[in-house]
Amino acid sequence: MNEAAAPTTALGRSMVFAAAGASLRKLDPRVQVRNPVMFVVEVGAVVTTVAWLVQLFGGAPLGGGDEPAWFSFTVAFWLWLTVVFGNVAEALAEGRGKAQADSLRSARTEAVAHLLDGTELPASELKPGDVVVVEAGEGIPGDGTVIEGIASVDESAITGESAPVIRESGGDRSAVTGGTRVLSDRIVVEITQEPGASFLDRMIALVEGAARRKTPNEIALNILLAGLTLIFLAVVVTLRPFAEFADTDASIVTLVALLVALIPTTIGALLSAIGIAGMDRLVRRNVLALSGRAVEASGDIDVLLLDKTGTITLGNRQAAAFLPLRGVPEQELADAAQLASLTDETPEGRSIVVLAKEQHGIRERELAAPHATFVPFTAETRMSGVDIGGRRLRKGAGDAVRAWVEAEGGRAPAELDARLEEVSREGGTPLAVARDSQMLGVVHLKDVVKEGMRERFDQLRSMGIRTVMVTGDNRLTAAKIAAEAGVDDFLAEATPEAKLGLIRDQQAEGRLVAMTGDGTNDAPALAQADVGVAMNTGTQAAREAGNMVDLDSNPTKLIEIVEVGKQLLITRGALTTFSIANDVAKYFAILPAIFAATYALGAGGDMGDSFTSGPLDKLNLMNLGTPESAIISAIIFNALVIPMLVPLALRGVRYRPIGAAAMLRRNLLIYGLGGLVAPFLGIKLIDLVVHGVFGA
Amino acid sequence: MTANGWIQIGFYLAVLVALTPLLGRYMARVYTGERVVLTPLLAPAERFFYRAIGTRAESGQDWRSYARSVLVFSALSWLLLYLILRTQGIQPLNPQGFGSAPWDVAFNATSSFVSNTNWQFYGGETTMSYFSQMVGLAVQNFLSAAVGMAVLIAVIRGIVSRGSHDLGNFWVDLTRSLLYVLLPISILGALFLVSQGVVQTLDGYLDVSTLAGGRQGIALGPAASQIAIKQLGTNGGGFFNVNSSMPFENPTALSNFVEVVFILLIPAALTATFGKMVGSARQGWAIFVTMLVLLLVGIGVSYAGEQAGSPAQDAAGITASADGAGSTGGNLEGKEQRFGIASSTEWAAITTAASNGSVNSSLDSYTGVGGVVPLINMLTGEVIFGGVGSGLYGMLLFVLLAVFIAGLMVGRTPEYLGKKIEAKEIKLVMIGTLVVPLLVLVLTAVAISTKWGAVSIFNAGPQGFSETLYAYGSQGNNNGSAFAGYTGFVQPNAPGNAGSFGITFADLLGGFAMLIGRFVPLLAALAVAGSLAGKRIAPAGPGTLRTDNGTFVLLLIFVIVVVAALTFFPALLLGPIGQGLTERLF
Repeated sequence: MNEAAAPTTALGRSMVFAAAGASLRKLDPRVQVRNPVMFVVEVGAVVTTVAWLVQLFGGAPLGGGDEPAWFSFTVAFWLWLTVVFGNVAEALAEGRGKAQADSLRSARTEAVAHLLDGTELPASELKPGDVVVVEAGEGIPGDGTVIEGIASVDESAITGESAPVIRESGGDRSAVTGGTRVLSDRIVVEITQEPGASFLDRMIALVEGAARRKTPNEIALNILLAGLTLIFLAVVVTLRPFAEFADTDASIVTLVALLVALIPTTIGALLSAIGIAGMDRLVRRNVLALSGRAVEASGDIDVLLLDKTGTITLGNRQAAAFLPLRGVPEQELADAAQLASLTDETPEGRSIVVLAKEQHGIRERELAAPHATFVPFTAETRMSGVDIGGRRLRKGAGDAVRAWVEAEGGRAPAELDARLEEVSREGGTPLAVARDSQMLGVVHLKDVVKEGMRERFDQLRSMGIRTVMVTGDNRLTAAKIAAEAGVDDFLAEATPEAKLGLIRDQQAEGRLVAMTGDGTNDAPALAQADVGVAMNTGTQAAREAGNMVDLDSNPTKLIEIVEVGKQLLITRGALTTFSIANDVAKYFAILPAIFAATYALGAGGDMGDSFTSGPLDKLNLMNLGTPESAIISAIIFNALVIPMLVPLALRGVRYRPIGAAAMLRRNLLIYGLGGLVAPFLGIKLIDLVVHGVFGA
Repeated sequence: MTANGWIQIGFYLAVLVALTPLLGRYMARVYTGERVVLTPLLAPAERFFYRAIGTRAESGQDWRSYARSVLVFSALSWLLLYLILRTQGIQPLNPQGFGSAPWDVAFNATSSFVSNTNWQFYGGETTMSYFSQMVGLAVQNFLSAAVGMAVLIAVIRGIVSRGSHDLGNFWVDLTRSLLYVLLPISILGALFLVSQGVVQTLDGYLDVSTLAGGRQGIALGPAASQIAIKQLGTNGGGFFNVNSSMPFENPTALSNFVEVVFILLIPAALTATFGKMVGSARQGWAIFVTMLVLLLVGIGVSYAGEQAGSPAQDAAGITASADGAGSTGGNLEGKEQRFGIASSTEWAAITTAASNGSVNSSLDSYTGVGGVVPLINMLTGEVIFGGVGSGLYGMLLFVLLAVFIAGLMVGRTPEYLGKKIEAKEIKLVMIGTLVVPLLVLVLTAVAISTKWGAVSIFNAGPQGFSETLYAYGSQGNNNGSAFAGYTGFVQPNAPGNAGSFGITFADLLGGFAMLIGRFVPLLAALAVAGSLAGKRIAPAGPGTLRTDNGTFVLLLIFVIVVVAALTFFPALLLGPIGQGLTERLF
């Protein structure tokens, strides 16, 4: 996907041709009716075309007036073009996704699944609960969880990352995706997807825009636009009897032109393109939003929960020192700590083994299973260890190990607290080590805060987002690192329950919460959060619970997701404002044209070539050439502004974290005032060409 | 324009700004059931009312229940008034022996007073008995005003509610509006007006010999008591046909000042009530300033327009400039010399900004530019202060619209005072803000293009168009003032109104416009409140759009003006603007 994503410099030539074709197919009224604004334009195009044909065959202009046939033709032509431009915008946005979808589709193997019981089944018929075996060199037939074995898997089809990843049973790296390929070894996979609803299927639908449903805010905006369209329809329909009362002819073609100029065609034409492009921007950042609602919500996030490890600090904490309690030789502590860490594959565990070897020359030992029972780390017990030769060794969080020692009948000396605190105060993570009922001492793990985090958090703060660091560390350690990294708050000694509780509390106060997670124990919190970004390396449970998946598994990605969400809303708001502000100039172009001769001194003349007869002609502020050229210029401007704004719609209005007040002022100035002024200039320029060059 | 004129206007505004927080905070206390200075006096009466109608002050209603109560109460009020007007001939206190109003005129007048519009196709002193005026019309002046205030308070409760669907109790809000706000101020106002010379009597009309030798009837009646509330409750329906330009309704400069203060007193103060109830006085002031700016522009344009006169007057050599000998110059047609241009245009702008509709000059005689202000003030939806209660809840709908557009531009799902504005609210806001403009456009078109409508139009050309647009703009937006040329009731000058008849088409169309114009936005606002009530309040942060600063005020003004301008620009062009630009006489 990276190849597809990287060099698509906005609008390649072939893509434009493809979009042009699609835009003609989209002229089907059954497609247009979904967008009330553009549907009205299409109906207007049909009406003006009929009016032109009537005139072509010698009829009078529909509804009075004396405009020539070429006028009706020109209006009809530009109205059709307006609809086509709207379609092109949407097709272009979809086209960018199509290229990605095609490369994904080629990965969707029509592989044969080998069930565990030896039968074979087409991959498309797999059901949740089926258990399949995948050997080296075979494609994985569907999404699932590894229940046996370990293998290196090529996931480049979905992530674009060519380096293979390890997938193994148990733990947080057990999820596999259909369409990826096993490179070595053999795994047994339990299928978790419904047929036809695999991750890959959803991804294809997503980037193609096929599964795109209107998001809540988009629906609200559509209601606003439909309301405006309705009121302008009433304005134009009632204008006819009004004009008649003032002895003025207003032909159907003129009124349709006025209607189309007034209704918010700019935003109406670009609205769905903005939405598709927003999703696309996420996909380019290798984030899959499983619902548009989540993308929008990400712009509203008030609180960001960030795991300390890997996000704020470098993933691996390093053991820095052994701090034995009084009366315990350091050698003994180091030995116990190393033994308890031998099966601990985390970077922390490895670093303890290494430190013991470096400082005390204790070699790694092979522990044979019969003599040793390993106690793995869990989020609940928050410690791990080994039972060997009648000795029971434990290492883990201070209070967890203390509780264990007390349960064993021993008691932790007061000195332990001093040691633990000492390490915490220095910003390190203390691990307590105990043997049976005796507390031996503390291992000092050092945490390293990533570079540039403080600036990132400052930026988030100015966006109005509070950051909360979540960590299993004790309060002191957490406070030290929180201060160093510059987060607003922290949750120390976090269990999955505490995390979930924190999210619920924040939500009860009306805040929207985002978080990232990968483990199965993160799943409830991911599901509870308004925006839950699951790491692609995470478990199937986590990926199901979140509403976005980050294929790069990069926890700081949330910041970019928030920006995309905000951009989406800003672009909609800016173009809506622009579209509405445009109407003022269009009124000043079209109304003086219709009523140029109304209330003129002497007899009420009709609309002729002289554009200077009645009092309302004074409102021809732009001094446009003739009534015909004025109306045509307004319609041409109205049409051309759509393709001119397509790049902005696809790229999104730039978001700057400068606070709401400054941003509102800025956007009001650019899109409000700009929208007021731009069409005066644009229509005048077009009129110079239409009237001056073509003599209309 | 004279220094004297501007000083009058400036003094008026100073008084208004000073009274707003005082009365506003008082009303907030009244509606939240806190003790106020009148409590010892009125609490027993209040409790008696609740017992009589079988309600309990504590029992709240959700928006549907609240709306039902409003509709039931208004329907009963409507029936009562209609019966009174239709049986006038057999009622007491009818010294002139007026017959009952025709059914169509009664329909129009009833809808008019129940909807707080007070559009009058009839002339008070030639149609209504004292009984109809006092028991029928004056009572509705109080009740319709109280309904508007009650609904506003319910809407505010919906905005501040933390997840509860309780919007308060309609009967309680209604009772408190009447007892603690409308009645006490009206009584004081009426006494003051009597002191200035406004008539208050049940005697019949005087029959006097004039200096010229003829005989003339001089209309009297219980006017003062009705005028106080018609000003205070943004009703505007005059006791006499020419409203507050009649010396018996508005005799002195002082009475003129108090009457015009009364127009904006409650609508302005309610912004402070709002600020108090949402817990931020600034939020109230932001809305007040928005309204004030729009009002000031209106007064300025209208004053300048009347002072300059029209091109047609200019061409005819009518417009005199100020000559230093006491004449202010400008367009004095249809203006009381006692009040002059400044005071007349000030009143005209204020009475149309608020949905009051009383006048102290003839709006029909205004120039194109001077006359466009009253029209625009109404066509913006009666939200520049607007009617008591209805003005602010209408304005809140515009606030939500502005918040929606602006909220997008700061990159958050739009929210107002912590409540998210989503599809449902936008749908209701569109209904609440667009149904009336739609109605006004369509009814004006129907009236102007059919033969049934044509009989009501007095003038031709832009003036005739303006009269029609004004008639339906005024009725649809529940204002009640008129460009006088538009007729719905023909009264020959015969005793007891013999031979009079209504123009059914105009009466029905107008009555229909007033009822829709009153109850659709009202129900939309209540529904929005109901929807907002159930939502959580998101705490404000640096990323939140502020709705209490200058930027937002500007944005709100922009939204209100643009919505009205885009809807009515073509119509205004053919009416007052066209007239203001031409030398041609119609």
